[in-house]
Amino acid sequence: MLAFLFRRLGQGLLVIAVMATLVFVGVYALGNPIDILLSPDADQLEREQAIVRLGLDRPLWVQFALFVRSALTGNLGVSFVHGVPAIDLVLSRMPATLELALVALVISVGVGIPAGLAAGLAPRSLLGRGIMTGSILGFSVPNFWLGLMLILVFAVELKVLPAGGRGETVRVLGIELSLFTVDGLRHLILPALTLAIYKASLIARLAYAGTREALLQDFVRFARAKGLSRRRIVGVHVLKSIMIPVVTVIGLELGSMIAFAVVTETVFAWPGMGKLLIESIYRLDRPVIVAYLVVVVAMFVIINFVVDVIYTLLDPRVRVAGQEA
Amino acid sequence: MRGLKQIVLAAAAAASIAAAGSIATANGQELKNELKIGLSAEPSAMDPHFHNLTPNNSLLRHIFERLTDQDENQAVTPGLATSWRTIDDTTWEFKLRGGVKFSDGSEFSANDVIYSFCRAPRVESSPSSFAIYSRAVTDMTAPDPLTLIVKTAGPYPLIPSEAATIAVLSAKANGAGAVTFDRQECKGVGVYPKTEAFNAGQAAIGTGPYKLARFTKGDRIVLERNESYWGEKPAWQRVTFRPITSAGPRVAALLAGDVDLIENVPIQDLERIKANAGYKVVQGLSARVIYLHFDYVDDAPPGVDAGGKNPFRDKRVREAISKAIDRDAIVARIMGGVAVAAGELLPSMMFGANKDMKAPKADVEGAKKLLADAGYPNGFTVVLSAPNDRYINDGQIAQAVAQMLARVGLKVSVEAMTSSQFFAKRTRREFGFWLTGWISDTGEMSAQIKPLAATPNRDKGWGTTNPGGYSNGKVDALLDQALGTIDDGKRAALLAEASRIAMADYGVIPLHFEMTTWAMRKELAYTPRVDQNTQAMMVKRAP
Repeated sequence: MLAFLFRRLGQGLLVIAVMATLVFVGVYALGNPIDILLSPDADQLEREQAIVRLGLDRPLWVQFALFVRSALTGNLGVSFVHGVPAIDLVLSRMPATLELALVALVISVGVGIPAGLAAGLAPRSLLGRGIMTGSILGFSVPNFWLGLMLILVFAVELKVLPAGGRGETVRVLGIELSLFTVDGLRHLILPALTLAIYKASLIARLAYAGTREALLQDFVRFARAKGLSRRRIVGVHVLKSIMIPVVTVIGLELGSMIAFAVVTETVFAWPGMGKLLIESIYRLDRPVIVAYLVVVVAMFVIINFVVDVIYTLLDPRVRVAGQEA
Repeated sequence: MRGLKQIVLAAAAAASIAAAGSIATANGQELKNELKIGLSAEPSAMDPHFHNLTPNNSLLRHIFERLTDQDENQAVTPGLATSWRTIDDTTWEFKLRGGVKFSDGSEFSANDVIYSFCRAPRVESSPSSFAIYSRAVTDMTAPDPLTLIVKTAGPYPLIPSEAATIAVLSAKANGAGAVTFDRQECKGVGVYPKTEAFNAGQAAIGTGPYKLARFTKGDRIVLERNESYWGEKPAWQRVTFRPITSAGPRVAALLAGDVDLIENVPIQDLERIKANAGYKVVQGLSARVIYLHFDYVDDAPPGVDAGGKNPFRDKRVREAISKAIDRDAIVARIMGGVAVAAGELLPSMMFGANKDMKAPKADVEGAKKLLADAGYPNGFTVVLSAPNDRYINDGQIAQAVAQMLARVGLKVSVEAMTSSQFFAKRTRREFGFWLTGWISDTGEMSAQIKPLAATPNRDKGWGTTNPGGYSNGKVDALLDQALGTIDDGKRAALLAEASRIAMADYGVIPLHFEMTTWAMRKELAYTPRVDQNTQAMMVKRAP
């Protein structure tokens, strides 16, 4: 297990290093942010001084060497736009994104698995067919359109929920969270639903396929022959076997929800990392873009690792590669 | 079946939360003492000396004040100084307002102004510094706490208008003693506060009508009324600014009752908001001009194919381009009427503008004739570059201009791109012919002529946004003379003349002035500002 952990860590760091290099050079090639940062009143002298203040006067390789040196100490540079360390900026936006992704995940699992299971158990019933048709709709609707429609219906027309932004936060373990206030939850519902509907449909379809397959398996027949109650067969044995593909997908989708909630965050003016990324790309704020991607890649590495560990817990036949080594 | 039960339960829970909140935020809610504003751009810091850009300057005017102020037409008015005069051509005397207190209770005096002018040009990693507004100052002294003497190297008439840009901090609150001004290194300033200290709130101490209560980047800025403010108290006890940078969600936030007022309303939503009885729209002319510019320097400007010549050096070609454009049609069709056709670079009510300058009318035949006279009877090929996400409908305006130029025989293709690309390429001089916009912070004609139409000159700081290198000796001479003329009336006349000459030479071709729009609940009223700022102090209850 330890060898596996270290190998994973090594791979993760390599990916982060390669990615940071590519992004650094890529954003550099996009152009100089100075032209959109400067006041129109700035003269040539001020322009030159601003370039020096931001360290943009040095050649690319010097800038990159400086970046690598400070990155090794955990400092990913100072934001051109905000003048504060880029990594702090990204991390300060992380709780908002994480709680949004988590609520969306809970909704999509809470809705998707029971729905898929129900449909898988009774594929020909009205309920089963309804769920499967609904799920096709759920993942064909574009994210941004769904968000706008939800805003239009619940915020603009019915006026029961806010159109965007994050609600009141409370400090929990040193982190500002809006999960624990009524105002916070009201702000969370629409963006979380927007993110969740696609995932819920996906999970429902996976659970449906898994259930139908599991019901034909020998272990289910055996359990039935043994006289186990239907509740126990479905609730324990079938559920456990359909969870393997579902966990894989949840893992991947959680990562993508955190990393690419960009559209949802923009539509709902949600102050998360995605909105920060979009604004930073717009203003070529290279340190923030690099810091954001480093954080996201690190997160993917961690999530994948956790998924691997969960596999072993769900299915005794799966062994983590390298465990024997 | 368990699944269904869960869905129903979850839906019920969601609905009950929604219902619990809806009582408080239903649209019929009374406007109390709190105002919520949706901003289209987010300030990058709460440090008033960090980033010289409109979103920052606009917001920080609530918390900090300056020696002089600008009214809604950017005319200079008293601020922390009640009056000013010149003692001789290079010496200014400012009389300061007595009895003004900072929000921490300390007394305002001339020492704070000197301290602020010392710090403003020296902010670490500032992406756009205020140094440009203090560069003319060679010395600053305070003969008594409410008198400030400012010295300049030569006659410099812009001292009062530039004083409207540098926010005054408290020297005492930041740990400074008596400050001695020195261009190289001020003495007695101690350690300047860092930008983070302003963002966190402890250094955000000003004399303005509001105090900073909370700044959460990306989410909100909350201000509380400064109850010990010396001037007229604003109507709102608490103001929350929320950056909602996408236009659609910003409109939705207004219509949903999340916010009471929004700025920069997209043109396509104006009718919808006007049609709703609960809301209204306020529009005002802004100082932002949309214009066309050329590359004069290169023999073969990028994207231009005119038989090996640079056609833009010929005044007849430039005039033909101006004549080919139907400004009224652009205003009416593309801008939805939310713009005013422009005849020069500044609206007529502003300092140094010509009162009688009319926007040129379209004249297709005249333009064709001018092109034929210039030796291009069959036109030439040119690329028109433009940003597509910076100004109101900028990409569409460029398309319209291209079509209008096609009517007189030019073969124009439009190359529209995101603004970060556009401005970087323009600086690298990769364009031959481009469309862009301009607004200055000081708001007088010299701030338009100097960067756009004066011959580029690094020592003087001229022609900063004139990468095409337009050069006209008469314009330069008049500008030089104006910038050395202290008398406001004479200076305005000189600048108006410089502008008239540059326009008659078609050195820069103005298209229109943008109008700025604000949408708000009908119980509110706002006085539009030419600088496009959104200020809670100017939001009143509708009579």
